[in-house]
Amino acid sequence: MASIITISALTKVYASGFAALKGIDLTIEEGEIFALLGPNGAGKTTLISIICGNVNPSGGTVSVAGHDIVTGYRGSRTAIGLVPQELATDSFEKVIDTVRFSRGLFGKRRDDALVEKILRDLSLWDKRDARILELSGGMKRRVMIAKALSHEPRVLFLDEPTAGVDVELRRDMWGLVRQLRDTGVTIILTTHYIEEAEEMADRVGVITRGELLLVEDKATLMKKLGRKTLTIHLSEPLAVLPPALAGRGIVLAGEGWRLEYSFDTHAERTGISTVLRQLGDLGIGYKDLDTRQSSLEDIFVSLVHREEAA
Amino acid sequence: MTGFNWHAIKAIYLFELARFRRTLMTGLAVPVLTTSLYFIVFGSAIGSRMTQVDGIPYAAFIVPGLIMLSMFTESIFNASFGIYMPKFTGTIYELQSAPVSALETVIAYVGAAATKSMSVGFTIFATAHLFVDVPVAHPLAMLGFMAVIAVSFCLFGFILGIWAQSFEQLQIIPLLVIMPMTFLGGAFYSIAMLPEPWRTITLFNPVVYLISGFRWTFFGQGDVAIHYSLLFVLGMLALCSAVIGWMFRTGYRLKK
Repeated sequence: MASIITISALTKVYASGFAALKGIDLTIEEGEIFALLGPNGAGKTTLISIICGNVNPSGGTVSVAGHDIVTGYRGSRTAIGLVPQELATDSFEKVIDTVRFSRGLFGKRRDDALVEKILRDLSLWDKRDARILELSGGMKRRVMIAKALSHEPRVLFLDEPTAGVDVELRRDMWGLVRQLRDTGVTIILTTHYIEEAEEMADRVGVITRGELLLVEDKATLMKKLGRKTLTIHLSEPLAVLPPALAGRGIVLAGEGWRLEYSFDTHAERTGISTVLRQLGDLGIGYKDLDTRQSSLEDIFVSLVHREEAA
Repeated sequence: MTGFNWHAIKAIYLFELARFRRTLMTGLAVPVLTTSLYFIVFGSAIGSRMTQVDGIPYAAFIVPGLIMLSMFTESIFNASFGIYMPKFTGTIYELQSAPVSALETVIAYVGAAATKSMSVGFTIFATAHLFVDVPVAHPLAMLGFMAVIAVSFCLFGFILGIWAQSFEQLQIIPLLVIMPMTFLGGAFYSIAMLPEPWRTITLFNPVVYLISGFRWTFFGQGDVAIHYSLLFVLGMLALCSAVIGWMFRTGYRLKK
């Protein structure tokens, strides 16, 4: 895969003196779904806004599809579609007009067939003549996506696409993003919902306080930093944790019906066999075992905490 | 993509005109009504006692001033609103992220606002004909003057719209500065009618030169020589263009 966005040593200091980005280096591959994960105020939106042209960079360079975002802004911006976090629409415009407007704004000739296809794909075709103010919040977000896609961008930025969106709509949105990726569009989304990154991304970047802590394939990341939890379902409930098992990170759960043991998958000795042998020695019977990979959320929380402790 | 983004100019221009069309009734009915009221009050009630100014019937004399008054406020209001609203609602993100240059943005927004302002000017001109005969000595100069005034004040309005951070700030300049300057700038009288020192003081009001110049295109004479008027109009055009250029270069209140 070729890279489509190259960011190097990008910094942003706002007029207030706040350093929102402290030297970001990042390369985005064409065709991938990249999730930028970070707590509120980490610099996600600032990073996106600089790439798209909404905020001026303080230092460093960004190139999109081979065009520098400052000196070759026409080329870079033509390649980008942006769906910002805030719902901002022209309330009195008709859906179809606002999508046509966006296409023109990005320097493309009117194309009714394409606009129809976009609106149909986003289930907005029936609403094409409705004024935007008549639409629900979820529909408005779809309109914003339609606007961003109207000029056939190669890269789509989705800033917090599912913030304040109900569960069903979130699922729809995820489906839509995958569908877009299948057409070859590179997608960069920011989120603070770990679930979202885990569900959709090919790669994940974790950003906090203006710094990229890591960029990794999602699968590698989860494997590398993952912890697993072994759950032992007991045949008889225990009133208290036997002293012999104490001090190993084993906890009694489920009103005494379960023992949970968390371990590092990369440790030389996971300690599983020891735990099971001890259970045998103590005469504690069990009927089932399962292990669970820790989620990105756990990984993320531990990363951010490590950073804060440092 | 290289070259000029004509599609974007067209898109913004049509978007703005659609916005005006939605308020067409008030947009054109208001100038017609105010013009009629001015004619009734100044033209008939008071004008009947004034008869002539510089050899021109008073009712006809005030027509250029009336057109200018409305065009100043319309230009400022439409152009400032056009760029302020996207800032206010947040839809400006799209303009900022689009491959559109500062020049293209200005041409589109100012062009649309100036179109509206010109149509208001023509409406008033037509309405005035219902009340009084208005001779036009230099029709081409009149059209040119209207166009330059519309563009200059739309540029000014555009600056105001970028500068303003609240609806109050948006209103303050047209209502508290431009309106009094226009009334005191000889919209309804010749400054020759003023006693000293007011006459000299009035000459410091730039609006005097604009109204005088426009009146010259109607009657072949004004309060000041026509080349002074031209100097002021072109000066204003240059100043506003320079300020807008600076705003886009620095991102002033447009980009962080």
